[in-house]
Amino acid sequence: MRITRAEVEHVGRLARLALSDEELDSLTGEMDAILDYVEQLKALDTEGIVPTAHAVPMENAFRPDEVRPSFTPEQALSNAPDAIESAFRVRRVIE
Amino acid sequence: MTVRYETVIGLEVHAQLTTNTKIFCGCSTEFGQTPNSQTCPVCLALPGALPVLNQKAVELAIRTGLATNCQITPRSIFARKNYFYPDLPKGYQISQFELPVCEHGWLDIDLENGERKRIGITRAHMEEDAGKLVHGDTPETSSSSLVDLNRACTPLLEIVSEPDMRSADEAISYLKKLHQIVVYLGVCDGNLEEGSFRCDANISVRPYGQEELGTRAELKNINSFRFIKQAIEYEVERQIDLIEGGGKVVQETRLFDSNTGMTRSMRGKEDAHDYRYFPDPDLVPLVISQEWIEEVRATLPELPEAKRTRFVEEMGLTAYDAEVLAADRKLADYFDACVAFSKEAKSCANWIMGDVLRKLKETDTTITDAPVSPERLTDLLARIADNTISGKIAKTVFEKMWQGGQTADQIIEKEGLKQVTDTGAIESLVDAVIAANPDQVAEYLGGKDKLIGFFVGKVMQASQGKANPGMVNQLLKKKLV
Repeated sequence: MRITRAEVEHVGRLARLALSDEELDSLTGEMDAILDYVEQLKALDTEGIVPTAHAVPMENAFRPDEVRPSFTPEQALSNAPDAIESAFRVRRVIE
Repeated sequence: MTVRYETVIGLEVHAQLTTNTKIFCGCSTEFGQTPNSQTCPVCLALPGALPVLNQKAVELAIRTGLATNCQITPRSIFARKNYFYPDLPKGYQISQFELPVCEHGWLDIDLENGERKRIGITRAHMEEDAGKLVHGDTPETSSSSLVDLNRACTPLLEIVSEPDMRSADEAISYLKKLHQIVVYLGVCDGNLEEGSFRCDANISVRPYGQEELGTRAELKNINSFRFIKQAIEYEVERQIDLIEGGGKVVQETRLFDSNTGMTRSMRGKEDAHDYRYFPDPDLVPLVISQEWIEEVRATLPELPEAKRTRFVEEMGLTAYDAEVLAADRKLADYFDACVAFSKEAKSCANWIMGDVLRKLKETDTTITDAPVSPERLTDLLARIADNTISGKIAKTVFEKMWQGGQTADQIIEKEGLKQVTDTGAIESLVDAVIAANPDQVAEYLGGKDKLIGFFVGKVMQASQGKANPGMVNQLLKKKLV
C-alpha cells in the first residue's frame, strides 16, 4: 500500500470533502493504483536533470505595472451568496 | 539551583511592495477605497482567470534582496499554499516555497553595548496578500464577518530571519533596521498601521547552554514596534513560567492584545499547517539574469549605514547627528542639498536638526514640503557667516522665511535687520548704557567680571538685536576700564 485509508481521510478533510466510508474505501484503492502507476517513473535515471516546475518550456511571462479597470463592487458581488455594506458576508470566523 | 533561560527569536516580516497594481492582475493597490471596488476575475478567483506576474514586483524584490545581502535566485518558482479561509478566494495563496527569489542574506544590528551583531536572513519570497476581514459590530452584522477583497493579491515580500535574536531589544533593532532599508529603497511605504509592514515573531526559550531549540509560539500581525517589544517580553515570561510550573510550551499561533498587554492562543487554525505546497501550474518559472540584477543594483540608493559613515568621515558630523540625519532618506537628501550649497556641514546639520525639524513638527509638514528650500536655508547661513546678521536675528529671519516664502536677503532688507557694524553707532549705544547704569559700572570695575554680560544685553536690547555682539563686547571692554 502506498497510501493508507487514514491519509485519504486526512487529505479529504483538508479539502473539506465529506467522504462516506464506502467512498473512503474505494478512493484509497484508486489513489493507491494511481500512485503505483506514477511510481513507475522512479525507474528512470533523472541524475543531473533540473526538476520540472512547469509542463511548458517557457519562462518570465510578465505584466507591466499599469492599472486596468476593475469591477464595480456591484459586479464583484453579483455572484455572492450573501453581501452587505459592499462586502461579501460570511459566518463570523473569530469570536 | 535555578535555571536561567535564553530567549530565541526569529522574525517574519511581510513588506507590501510599492507597486501600483496587484502582483498577478491590473487592479489598483491603493489603500482605503470602497470595499471590493478593486477586484477582477483574477483576484476574485473566478473560474478560468489566469494570473500574470507584475514585473515591477520582481524588480522591487531584487532591490530588497540586494540591499539585505541576499543571493538572488537565478530561477525561482511560485507555489500554491493550500488552506481555506474566507479572506482567500482561491482556496490557496500563491507564494514561493522551494526556490524563493532571495536567499542567504544578513543585516548587522547595533547592540546597546556598542557591539555589532549579524542577523541572518534565511530567505525572502514573493507572495500575494489575502483579503481583509472585518468582524461585524452592528446588530445586523454581529454574527457575520465581512470580506473585502481589495487587498487580495497585493504583492508582499516575506522576509524571514534566522532565529538569531536573543532579546526583544535585538528584535526591535533588527526590525527598525529592516524598516529603514525598505523605506529608503522605496520598495515599501513602511506604514505599520495600514499593514504595509507587518511582523510575525517566532519565540522560544531554552536553558542556557542547551543546543536544541525550545518549542516555539508564533505571534501574529503586531502593528507597532512598541507592541512587538511588549508582546515578545510577555511571551517570554509566559513560556518560562509555564516551564517552571512543570508545563510544556505548545507550538501554536498566538495573538497579542494591546489592551491587556498579553498574548492568547488563536483557535480555529489548528489544521492550517498542512499546506500541501506544490508548483503553481498557472505561473511559469521566474528567471532572473545577471544583467537584470546588475541593472537593479545600479539603481540602489546609498543606504543609511553608508550615509552615516559618509556624514561622519567626510563631513565631520558627530555619530549622533549623522544618525538623526541619515534616519530618513528625504531628510538626508535635504542635508546633502544644503551641503552642496554651503560647505558648512556642521552648521547646516545644526540648523536642520534644530529649527527645521522643530518647524516641521509644529506645522505637521514633511521635509519634502518644507517652505524653506536647502538653497534658501544656506543663503541664510551665509548671512550669519558674513556677519550681516547675528545668529539670534537669524532665528527671526528663518521664522519669517518659513511663513512668507521670501528669501533671507529680502527679509533682512525689508525689516531692516542688517547687523549694525558701524563703530560710531555702536559706540553711542555703549556710552548711553554705561551712563545709565553707574552702579553696575562700579561693581564691574570692582572686579565683578560677569557683569559684562549684563552690559552686552543692554546694548543689544537698545539696538533691537542688530548690533554685532562681538563688536559690542569689544567696545564695552575698551571703555570699562
